[in-house]
Amino acid sequence: MAEKIGVYFDQASIGPFLNLEALSEKVQNVWGKACPVVKIEPFLASEEGHKTIQEDIDAGTIDSVCICGSSPRVDWDLFDFGSNILVERANLREQCVWCYSNPDGSPLNPKEEPPELLQAMATDYVNMSITKLQKTEIPDPEKVDSIKRILILGGGWTGLNSALSCAEAGYEVVLLEKDKELGGYTKNLHMSFPLSYPFTEYQETGIDQKIETVKGNSKITVYTGTTLEKFDGQPGQFTATINSSSGQEEISVGSLVLATGWQAQDTKYLEPFGYGKYPNVITSMQMEEMAKNGKIARPSDGKSPKNVVFILGMSKVMDNFAQEEETEIKRKAEEKEQAKEEQSEEEIAIEEPFEITESYRHFSYSNEITSLNALKQAKYVRDYLPQSISFILYEHMIVPGINERYYQSVQDDPGIMMTKGEVKSVTGGSNDNLIVAVENTLLGEDIEIEADLVVMPTGIVPTTAHDPVIQLNYRQGLSLPELNLFDGFADSNYICFPYETRRTGIYAAGSVRQPMPLSRSISDAQGAALKAIQCIESVNRGMSVHPRSGDLTYPKFNFVRCTQCRRCTEECPFGALEEDEEGTPKPNIARCRRCGTCMGACPERVIYFDNYSVGQTSSMITQIKVPEEMNEGGPRILILACENDAYPALDMAAQKGIKWSPYVRIIPVRCLGSVNTIWIADAMGKGQDGCLLLGCKYGDDYQCHFMKGSELCQRRMENIGETLDRLGIELERVQQEQVAIDDYYLIPDIINNFVDNIFKLGPNPFKGF
Amino acid sequence: MSKSILVIGGGFSGITAALEAAEVGHEVYLVEKSPFLGGRVMQLNKYFPKLCPPSCGLEIQYQRIKKNSNVKCLTMAEITSVSGQAGNYEVAVRIRPRHTPPNSADLSGLAQSLSRNISNEFEFGLGTRKALYMDVPFAYPHRYVLDKQNISEEDKKKLTQSKLIDLEESEKTITLDVGSIIIATGWKPYDVTKLTTLGAGSIPNCINNMQMERLAAPSGPTQGQILCPADNKPPQRVAFVQCAGSRDENHLNYCSYICCMASLKQAQYIREQYPESEVTIFYIDLRTPGRYEKFAQQVLADEKIKTVKGKVAEVEEDIRSNRVWLTVEDAIAGNKMQECFDLVVLATGMQPSIAGQALPLNMPIDEEGFIIGGEEKGIFAAGCAKEPLDVMKSAQSATGAAMKAIQTVRGR
Repeated sequence: MAEKIGVYFDQASIGPFLNLEALSEKVQNVWGKACPVVKIEPFLASEEGHKTIQEDIDAGTIDSVCICGSSPRVDWDLFDFGSNILVERANLREQCVWCYSNPDGSPLNPKEEPPELLQAMATDYVNMSITKLQKTEIPDPEKVDSIKRILILGGGWTGLNSALSCAEAGYEVVLLEKDKELGGYTKNLHMSFPLSYPFTEYQETGIDQKIETVKGNSKITVYTGTTLEKFDGQPGQFTATINSSSGQEEISVGSLVLATGWQAQDTKYLEPFGYGKYPNVITSMQMEEMAKNGKIARPSDGKSPKNVVFILGMSKVMDNFAQEEETEIKRKAEEKEQAKEEQSEEEIAIEEPFEITESYRHFSYSNEITSLNALKQAKYVRDYLPQSISFILYEHMIVPGINERYYQSVQDDPGIMMTKGEVKSVTGGSNDNLIVAVENTLLGEDIEIEADLVVMPTGIVPTTAHDPVIQLNYRQGLSLPELNLFDGFADSNYICFPYETRRTGIYAAGSVRQPMPLSRSISDAQGAALKAIQCIESVNRGMSVHPRSGDLTYPKFNFVRCTQCRRCTEECPFGALEEDEEGTPKPNIARCRRCGTCMGACPERVIYFDNYSVGQTSSMITQIKVPEEMNEGGPRILILACENDAYPALDMAAQKGIKWSPYVRIIPVRCLGSVNTIWIADAMGKGQDGCLLLGCKYGDDYQCHFMKGSELCQRRMENIGETLDRLGIELERVQQEQVAIDDYYLIPDIINNFVDNIFKLGPNPFKGF
Repeated sequence: MSKSILVIGGGFSGITAALEAAEVGHEVYLVEKSPFLGGRVMQLNKYFPKLCPPSCGLEIQYQRIKKNSNVKCLTMAEITSVSGQAGNYEVAVRIRPRHTPPNSADLSGLAQSLSRNISNEFEFGLGTRKALYMDVPFAYPHRYVLDKQNISEEDKKKLTQSKLIDLEESEKTITLDVGSIIIATGWKPYDVTKLTTLGAGSIPNCINNMQMERLAAPSGPTQGQILCPADNKPPQRVAFVQCAGSRDENHLNYCSYICCMASLKQAQYIREQYPESEVTIFYIDLRTPGRYEKFAQQVLADEKIKTVKGKVAEVEEDIRSNRVWLTVEDAIAGNKMQECFDLVVLATGMQPSIAGQALPLNMPIDEEGFIIGGEEKGIFAAGCAKEPLDVMKSAQSATGAAMKAIQTVRGR
């Protein structure tokens, strides 16, 4: 509780441009005993500055600190007074003094008296910071007693590696495999593509040893022939209900690693090239089986093939499938849109139904695996049948990175011919041979190869394309949401954060996440293992995980006001809210990422955080002094800026010397998803002339670190459009703009254009009421 | 015995490894030799396939670092010696002086007043900086740094007068006790001067792919406007030469992973900025693994982006027009052709940063400088120090390395 706030002005950063004495006096007059200490210090971001403040704290004169100077994004390490002292930073440098220009466009002159407009801005920001502090509590975390056990779904290559990784870090592991045997598809491999330096030869997988090591590890409990029936609870305290031959069992775990791998793509895509029609057209998987069993032979007569053709490129064929399927996908999407529109306001769809996502696309996504496989299997042919020749027909050899060395070593083999080309057709010849017709080759002409065995690639389809797999007993649905964004892969939308999905405590690794060769699955398994243990440890300390890692606050609910509208339950990107029979939300704090989307959704102000609430921002908005006459004092425009992109971009713009309208007041928000429409109503009600919301791009390539924030905000703004209209407030007064963090040259223009529009609209009709 | 972890290299892999280990609860020292964290990723305009800005991810990483006292960040810092064994290492770190105050004091005026314009490494020579600088976007730490080697006597006087500059600040050496080490020293662009058939870096309008990123980046020397370096004119015909140095026994014997995707991405930059422009990509294989195929299809749906399978045999400058002539063998049509372009981008490969240099650590490296072992010593390579990777896989690699480092310090 901030009852005695020390307010400190930093002369070094803002002194030359502001009348600090006047500001200081104002603070004392307005806040009185609430701010018993108001000082102007020469250089706050220093040891001396820190000492001055610490002395005031030690003397008991103040219990919290308001620093008026540089942006909160810098010098953060210099204003730490321990976890019991709240610190608020009024951004008077970057977002006040540095960005200020007079209405006529002229810059600040430090030799002249600070303009009234600038003093007014600084005053507003200081008052906003003080009231913010008054409405902030020291975070009191909810620690969840975490079970230090991890459930690994899938006992194949990735699952085994992940299990060992967790066990070696000292955690208990339960490994669940639906087959009778551990090992997955890797057990069916004869050899693996290179796993280690020099990357020039195929290698033993070592899967048998790995299985033995896992079985022999005392920290790992293995269940085979077992499936997951239900997964319930929250990170740190999940309950997995599993079905094995001995019946149903419940296991308590702290987190989950999803490593259920892949299944072969539907072979219908191979039929245009004769698969299923000609006995000697086989799949890569079938070739692997033969190699493992020690003999490569033609299915038709059991004889050794002399000319084996590996077909990799099938774009024309896939294009045909593409056309058919895309039309179907479009039709389904339109149906879905229509169903959504027809849905009444009352029925909110909370649960997301599972969709099957296997398609023609999985073929091209498997390109790295199929390329590597063709190289490896061409080598099998050479090793088993030294007199035979292998042909690889490719459109692009997708062997990126260090595996290029493998490609080079295979190219050196005189018994393996490779050419770029488009396979036109595969037709039956005599003796069950195949005639492979190829065009656009590197050989200068179209060719025909008579093959006695043709190997077609096996596409990789993640298990999550066909089944929810994780069987979450969550109100929002059984599976990871939006798998269709990733064509069924259990992947993260973030390039920088490969393991962040919309379900906290659940981390995917291996081919279920992305098509990947065995070598990369090892590090992926270890990465997911780390995230799994990290989640357990964070939750144990009452801390949020990524992206607000270390956040000790969490959403608190004042259910007295709840009207069971269920918007929070629906809109939570992480499915953190369940509900009881009446529809009252039941929070699962460990699932929560602290974005505040629920707080933004709630029309009744039920939800708040210790240091971030609807009331807090509302009172900050109230502190903004709005001149009665727009012509004299100018308009006032509220900017709610996402602290992850817009706010840093504004700091950066200011640093580069870019100015923007002096009529705006910027408040950072955790995410545009946390913006409650009450704030807009408050701003309009207080006579502010406009409200600009700045946040990230939404859509399929969404940028929001909390998935849906800016999109939800946009939807909410559309909804309040009606309300504003009825009140006689023009819709143009409230706008949301999609910005990125590197748009620092664009954002000032966006702001200035908005301000210009407000001038055209004139003053808020409610001003002065 | 120490439970702390040392991460060498403050680029994306290093930052990721440090944070992931710190958030499990371990103390981590993140040691970076340049004045700022961020590495190569900070020099990029956007990442593929989402075309999102690197500062976005870095901002979150820096927020996480700020909130986590377990992460101890040292910049201007280099490892000078390592002794011990897994679980118990003593590491000497040399920290070069910054000469600037430990805060965000605004030194821009003083910086501008200094005499020399120094070729800026961050811009790959496409721009200059002053001796006192904080030139990277969203700099972390948010502090200026003084390049004392590049000041004149006049400059010295000005700097001495400033109360904020300490010209006498000296180098210091500290010792760290750690249990395991992660090497995340990243990559450097392959030295273009070695590509003698491709202009050897001497043709102004023949740039490398990292220079293209700087031209396209808002924080770059042209504020994001892609202009031909010779004459600052907008390019209309642009060529990309893939595998410039990679997949070549004479240069790098591996594929640098990112360059095909990078060229597709950069082709899109150009097409967006100049709707009338035409782009041709000369490739050996267009490597767009996995779901990157989707991105490739989107980019190549643009009729004005052509792809030609063919090796570029020669790059020559037309001195009068500053334009660039390429001699290419079209592998499929089977003919040799010569074409002229306004701007040519060499998709130069990546080499491990430590290639050709010795780290004060006895680590097994291969002929190209990639780290290929040493894990039994509790020392783990992450990211491009280990193999050529893109950003997402570097983050994956770093997270995996953090796990192994934790296993080491906890004692298996």
